[in-house]
Amino acid sequence: MTSGDSQIMDAAAMRRALTRIAHEIIERNRGVENVGLVGVRTRGIHIAKRLQAKIRDIEQVECPVGELDITFYRDDISTNPHPQVAGTDIQFDINGKDIILCDDVLFTGRSIRAAMDAVIDYGRPKTIQFACLIDRGHRELPIRADFVGKSVPTSLKEKVSVRVNEEDGNDAVEIKRG
Amino acid sequence: MPLSSHDLISIADLSDGDIGSLLESVATYADVSERVIKKVPALRGRTIINLFLEPSTRTRTSFEIAGKRLSADVINISGAGSSLKKGESLKDTAKTIEAMQVDAVVVRHWAAGAAHKLAEYIEPPVINAGDGAHEHPTQALLDALTIQNRLKKISGIKVAVVGDILHSRVARSLIMLLGRLGAEVTAVAPPMWSPKGLEALGCSISYSLDDVLDSVDVVYLLRIQRERLSDHMFSEQEYARTYCLNRERLNRAKPGCLVMHPGPMNRGIEISADVADGEKSLITAQVSNGVAVRMAVFYQILGDVVS
Repeated sequence: MTSGDSQIMDAAAMRRALTRIAHEIIERNRGVENVGLVGVRTRGIHIAKRLQAKIRDIEQVECPVGELDITFYRDDISTNPHPQVAGTDIQFDINGKDIILCDDVLFTGRSIRAAMDAVIDYGRPKTIQFACLIDRGHRELPIRADFVGKSVPTSLKEKVSVRVNEEDGNDAVEIKRG
Repeated sequence: MPLSSHDLISIADLSDGDIGSLLESVATYADVSERVIKKVPALRGRTIINLFLEPSTRTRTSFEIAGKRLSADVINISGAGSSLKKGESLKDTAKTIEAMQVDAVVVRHWAAGAAHKLAEYIEPPVINAGDGAHEHPTQALLDALTIQNRLKKISGIKVAVVGDILHSRVARSLIMLLGRLGAEVTAVAPPMWSPKGLEALGCSISYSLDDVLDSVDVVYLLRIQRERLSDHMFSEQEYARTYCLNRERLNRAKPGCLVMHPGPMNRGIEISADVADGEKSLITAQVSNGVAVRMAVFYQILGDVVS
């Protein structure tokens, strides 16, 4: 962190938020027998895997986890050309399932719009729900999250950076001033 | 990453980084073709013209499917049904196409250099799908990918490219690409089809398939291009006797030696039917990989267009 940046979540806060979301997912879906978790590349995948572990601890049920690459579904190819594509990997049948899309940050809503289109091309889930660690506002589409770790008012100049141990070496959420 | 070149006319247009990122990303495109819904909206609203002024089934279809799986609109223009038949020049055809606000043009032409010329005439990116005896870069890319998928590497492997090297755009692009990826390529051809200066492409030269068979990992057979040969110069039987990869020759090859052919095949001339359909043949894998490679090329070229 440089001066002007601030940490809004540490590892413990992140753990507690994900524990609560896991409970909420179980409660909302009356158990998790029909639930599949799908993480949006890259950090959403780690959020999904952690929720899977927490749900396993609580319910002793192993929810399947898939990985979603939304590159081909983005609407900003003209303004943000050539993101690297890494591929989608969903090994379970999503037809009829309650799919929990997982991502680190909910911002404009465009990523999750793309993610819903991508999921639907793999089958017809019974429901699609959305879990995110941080909701930073500034929606450009009529989209909201079903499960939120923390809502954080931000300015458009700021950048929210979610760090996860698996990718970044520690767990933390920071706001960087623009 | 975007390609470093605006057009894809030659393998030489691709940087090492382009080749690496194309080959690396292809699996993601191949996944799209494995799904029930074989279409992603990545290039929605883009228009691609397939300008095929020479007969083609697999290349034209492959480009068309690749574009459609990325949701681009693909329009086919063939030589027979086009105004070129009425005497319109390539330049006028190009200008007409450009005036319709297309985003890319794929061109197959009987004349070497036609793709390059077309790219000079028009602003949208041009992708060469084979120009005379010059180059066929996407074929080389799909061939390299096919080898890499099977052998897990290209650097250090030995490949024999066999047949009518002189008239083959496939051979030129492939020899250049495999050489850059570190393969040892031998061009095997009767002397009349072994062009002068071929070594400059980075390959060695042999006149005998039997001499190289026991040392190569891949035998790549070229199609005998009957349409480019005059009858009295060439005996198919004589060629087949020395150069046809049949079961007997394959049995003498290095164990594990793989067989490739860009199609369409002349069964019984450059390849025997049982070898073409045998367990060492990668010919259908080449076709499948062609769609994925062309999707990758389209995406990397057209993803850069700001609408």
